[in-house]
Amino acid sequence: MGIVSPGFQGKPRSAAVTLPPGQYLTEDFPVLSAGPTPRIQLDQWEFVITTEAGVKHRWSWAELLELPSETPTVDLHCVTKWSKLGTTWRGVALDSLFEQVDTAADFALAHSYGGYTTNLPLEDLLDGQAWLVYEYEGEELGAEHGGPVRLLVPHLYLWKSAKWVNGIQLLVQDEPGFWESAGYHDYGDPWREQRYQGD
Amino acid sequence: MARAAVPGRLTGRLAWRTARLVEAREETPTARTLVLDVSGWPGHLPGQHVDVRLTAEDGYSTQRSYSIASAAQGDRIELTVQRVPAGEVSPYLVEGLSPGYPVELRGPVGGWFVWRTTDTAPVLLVAGGSGIVPLMAMVRARRAAGSRVPFRLIYSARTKNDVFYAEELRKRVRDDAGLDVAYVFTREEHGRRINVNDISTAGWPADFQPDCFVCGPTGFVETVADILVALGNEPRRVKTERFGPTGA
Repeated sequence: MGIVSPGFQGKPRSAAVTLPPGQYLTEDFPVLSAGPTPRIQLDQWEFVITTEAGVKHRWSWAELLELPSETPTVDLHCVTKWSKLGTTWRGVALDSLFEQVDTAADFALAHSYGGYTTNLPLEDLLDGQAWLVYEYEGEELGAEHGGPVRLLVPHLYLWKSAKWVNGIQLLVQDEPGFWESAGYHDYGDPWREQRYQGD
Repeated sequence: MARAAVPGRLTGRLAWRTARLVEAREETPTARTLVLDVSGWPGHLPGQHVDVRLTAEDGYSTQRSYSIASAAQGDRIELTVQRVPAGEVSPYLVEGLSPGYPVELRGPVGGWFVWRTTDTAPVLLVAGGSGIVPLMAMVRARRAAGSRVPFRLIYSARTKNDVFYAEELRKRVRDDAGLDVAYVFTREEHGRRINVNDISTAGWPADFQPDCFVCGPTGFVETVADILVALGNEPRRVKTERFGPTGA
């Protein structure tokens, strides 16, 4: 147990909701971005998976919409401490995109318009754990939340769900992304409170 | 935005440290600065933040992140906390924490939204409300280092009475060569929101290639960052830190 701050009570305890350690519940949807919000034209949007052999697989906006969509309802956990439960999205499971990709890589580096990157093990993007999403709660995904398309990997802290995503680079060796280079954890499991390097 | 240029990744775990309140200064009726003594504090860069953990007597604990307001100075750090209506942590930090009381914290955290005293580009700071806190740390670090890097601060607040560090900012402008401060008041008579004219008049021409730091509520930061890019600033030179909810 931590050191008690006298007189601190906190919010009323509720047994109904179990959150990852150090998280609190919010009904809002805060925004965390390191720079200006990129504005992307749909007719210029594309998503590229680049294998470790340099083979590129490309999807245009129209091609993305042709793939079967899913509507996952998931909990979000941001490293800045807020959690938001029961959010519903629409998008394409990364499994659908990877069907045509031949790779032996273990790691992925997601790239975004604006230059953001984040690294994840490839296996965390597969088996129904990750999506490219373009709708949030039935509405087109707003630019401040990563639209037109963001990555959604809800079992990891939200910085792994790269906004404005435009590609995945497959790597044989792990390579730190933007926040990971600045001291944040390479994996980022909220249930193990992996916020920073060394956690 | 390129890969954050941070020398060396953190090694080892960021440990929780016990901080004790030394004194508190009222900034506005709803915000105060906490002067904390943190034994063994490793120092920090202006713009970085700390995670604060509060624990209640029954063992319940919760965490929040707060920007550091002070320049690095031994074992002392200062946080300025704005009371959030119906908040869980900020009312305690603004009204409940007394001198000598402990809180736990770990940090410093964040290697992107920072200004280094070795940086030489002109700097534009744009603050919305309590977004002034990490930017004030930059103003203070500039003075502490005797830096002559030209700084311009544009500070948007609701009214004159909502300005943090008002007296100190007056002194800084008087004594610190190369520091300019402009205010935008949103709720005074003829009050208005920050606009392109404020940024182009009180900021730097884009071809000076200033390093821009924007901190405030989400809507404010979105507006200012969009204006800066529209005025020709490279997006990678516009660093942002947002807080608070959005309408989404």
